[in-house]
Amino acid sequence: MIRAENVYKSFDENEVLKDISITFEAGKTNLIIGRSGAGKTVFLKLLVGLMQPTKGKIWYSDVDFTSLGKKEVRQIRMDVGMLFQGSALFDSLTTEENIRFPLDMFTNMTSKEKRQQVDKVLERVNLEGSNDKYPSEISGGMQKRVGIARSIVLNPKYLFCDEPNSGLDPKTALLIDELIKDITYENNITTVINTHDMNSVMGIGDNIALLYMGQLVWTGNKSEVMGSDNELLQSFIFASPFLQRLRDAALNKG
Amino acid sequence: MDFILRAPKRLLFHFGRYLLLMRNAFNRPEKWSMYWKEILRQMDDIGIGSIVIVVLISVFMGAVAAIQFIYQLDGQLIPKYYIGYIVRDLAIIESAPTITCLVLAGKVGSNMAAEIGGMRQKEHIDAMEIMGVNTAGYLIMPKVVAALVVIPMLVVFSAFVAILGGYIASVGSGELTGGEYLRGTRSFFLPNNVNMMFVKSLVFAFLLTTVSCYKGYFVKGGSVELGEASTQAVVYSNILILLADYIIAVILTG
Repeated sequence: MIRAENVYKSFDENEVLKDISITFEAGKTNLIIGRSGAGKTVFLKLLVGLMQPTKGKIWYSDVDFTSLGKKEVRQIRMDVGMLFQGSALFDSLTTEENIRFPLDMFTNMTSKEKRQQVDKVLERVNLEGSNDKYPSEISGGMQKRVGIARSIVLNPKYLFCDEPNSGLDPKTALLIDELIKDITYENNITTVINTHDMNSVMGIGDNIALLYMGQLVWTGNKSEVMGSDNELLQSFIFASPFLQRLRDAALNKG
Repeated sequence: MDFILRAPKRLLFHFGRYLLLMRNAFNRPEKWSMYWKEILRQMDDIGIGSIVIVVLISVFMGAVAAIQFIYQLDGQLIPKYYIGYIVRDLAIIESAPTITCLVLAGKVGSNMAAEIGGMRQKEHIDAMEIMGVNTAGYLIMPKVVAALVVIPMLVVFSAFVAILGGYIASVGSGELTGGEYLRGTRSFFLPNNVNMMFVKSLVFAFLLTTVSCYKGYFVKGGSVELGEASTQAVVYSNILILLADYIIAVILTG
């Protein structure tokens, strides 16, 4: 479980996040949604400690993450995996070397054990046999899957995904969503996903938080989205005429 | 008043941030074997990768010095074998450590700034941070250690090649016999000059790697800023090398 408590973030005079309080539950996919510039990425960076909040606290279970020193933060990060928007795979390393990097750095496993662990996570993301390929030799969707494999190789308790579907075709995006959801449920991970993909919202949104101009304006789950009378949520989710028609058709039917 | 104080404030800001980065860079490594592997890779990059350019500049440095002194001492009552003595001391005290390190700041320094800056922009550094890696340590310390080992070797090699260049130029031009040149290189030898060469090469190696890594580590923006950081790495390294050269000369010859 991760909890943000009255979190504020400012850059000079510009207040990007205002009084955010929210709890992200374990074993669930927690989505942060909002328009570009709403503060989603800054909030995610605060959650993982890449930035410090101007005010407020962030708790990992019962540990105040914001008050920890660098060494303690690194200790907690051993339990954290993150999938970046651009995958952030190391270009000069192969798929296997990328996934093995955290194992090399933080475990005393033998080469054979590492190989087995890498093969296991590659199989989990349906990329068996891609060990020797470089990031430049695989597609965007495969790169995302390698990113997921790298982020779960140390069996994390917390998984953060920054726009996991950006740049992917709808079918591959669904596969990535399903994969993240399954991994979350299988391992009881606290997963926080930053997205503005409506398919993700309706498909895997166990908990959804809408940010608007740096403020938390709505929380709920995927089944509450349709019936919500929150105007900001409705105008964000059903921004396109196509989705508006779908909503109207669904409401008329139901 | 603000305008006058801006430059010293910026200088202090960068100096403080540089010191903090160095403190992090020389923390205890997470895993020695990973750092050792990286040190070996950097030694290969800096050492083997720079041999050709070091040979080229050194042979011409020695040759030009010999020809210039032959021209200046022509018709004077100074024995010709002094040419060998002058080229030797010039190579050991000044040209090998200083010119070699100025050239290496251009080749190795810009490369380091671009490599680390590129990793920052592609979120590789953030990815490592979230894994729990001390990125300052893993990315900077191996480069500094490798440079401190390899650059003094390159400087010794450069001094040797410069003396050889002087031999080729002076004997080749017919102004001196080989015996006269060698007699000069063996005359008035002061072992302290070699110590000075090593002190200079160690200080310059530290400056050029740490300044370049600093510029790369804190790069912001896109490819234009990365190019600027790379250029600044070379310019600031060169200025600091020349400043340090003066200070070392004052201290060690005083």
